[in-house]
Amino acid sequence: MERVKLDIWVGIFVALGIIAMFYMATRVGNLTSNDVKKTYEVKAYFENIGGLKPRAAVKASGVVVGRIGSINFDPEAFHAVVKINIDERYAFPKDTFANIYTAGLLGEQYLALEAGGDDVNLKAGDLIVHTQDAVVLEKLISQFLYNSAGDDDDKDKD
Amino acid sequence: MNNILNILEKLGASARSSLSGLGSCARLFLLTMIYSSDSFKRFNLTIKEIYFTGVLSLVIIIVSAFFVGMVLGLQGYYTLEKYGSSEAIGVLVALALVRELGPVVTALLFAGRAGTAITAEIGLMKTTEQLSAMEMMAVSPIARIVAPRFWAGMISMPILATIFSMVGILGGYFIAVLIIGVDDGAFWSQMQANVDFHNDIVDGAIKSIVFGFACTLIALYQGLVAPPTAEGVSRATTKTVVISSLSVLGLDFVLTSFMFV
Repeated sequence: MERVKLDIWVGIFVALGIIAMFYMATRVGNLTSNDVKKTYEVKAYFENIGGLKPRAAVKASGVVVGRIGSINFDPEAFHAVVKINIDERYAFPKDTFANIYTAGLLGEQYLALEAGGDDVNLKAGDLIVHTQDAVVLEKLISQFLYNSAGDDDDKDKD
Repeated sequence: MNNILNILEKLGASARSSLSGLGSCARLFLLTMIYSSDSFKRFNLTIKEIYFTGVLSLVIIIVSAFFVGMVLGLQGYYTLEKYGSSEAIGVLVALALVRELGPVVTALLFAGRAGTAITAEIGLMKTTEQLSAMEMMAVSPIARIVAPRFWAGMISMPILATIFSMVGILGGYFIAVLIIGVDDGAFWSQMQANVDFHNDIVDGAIKSIVFGFACTLIALYQGLVAPPTAEGVSRATTKTVVISSLSVLGLDFVLTSFMFV
């Protein structure tokens, strides 16, 4: 009797551990949301990807429709090759825009797809032609400084 | 001159004794491995030890996890609020618990709750010559006493750490969402977007297995080498807690620098 009771308690303990692991995997982690669905892969070239990372979100109208697969540098054409996995349920026209945006002011970067008007849809292995690079803050600031310096020169002339 | 020689001699002796301690610890581990087939054949011995090290530690683990989670939620909220990103509280609580606090705090509690018990028990067995009596009856104390406790610690520790993380996250949820009123959906969705199963949760589990190994082996070793006196056993128990805690914190740094670069 004593041994059976002991076994039951240890059984409860181990079951609790398994439940906790399952809970962490599904509720806390992203095991379930991560590519259980079928996807198709398209490519896009960027001059500058900023802080985009593999597995970052791909959004259309703010809804997550896929994930970034891999990011590589093409040493011959000198640009970044980004593989994008899009959920099979969503089809996009061939002239879709792919833009790298930042979530919030300091948030993570994600890829936003803006649908074009083409009749033909993107297929697996296709290339997204229209892309917009990530905004580099330093470039923006130096541009701004350059412009305002130009304004001062104009004033001096007057 | 003589003074300096004395200091050098003491330094050398302490280095030698700690090295030889490490060596006999490794030998104990090898012996345990050799005899552990017996502890799986008679699994009820191991189950009894899992009951003592695992099930009876549940209360302290769950209560402290809940409070650690609540404190994380509260403190994190005050800071994140200043930057207007209080929804990120879920990520903060989950990552802190899964990566660091879950395994480390569990290991520290485990060393204090289960490690000391193992040391004191084995030390007292040695003092009362139960271990020698077993050897007289041709029963290996390693197979009968050490191996079941070792495997019980190795099995219990990851389970306890996982439960710690889960309860801690629920504690953070309790404070952040139910008391303070952070948005429920944002709490979970930000957490899910930023906690990776393979990089965060599995690495946390690996950490807890390593800590379980270290804590259990140190406790067993200290029990076996304790001088067979009342004072010796008490010293060994203290040593278990000190050495386990220090090695857990040191190992945590090493593992973190390997895992989360």
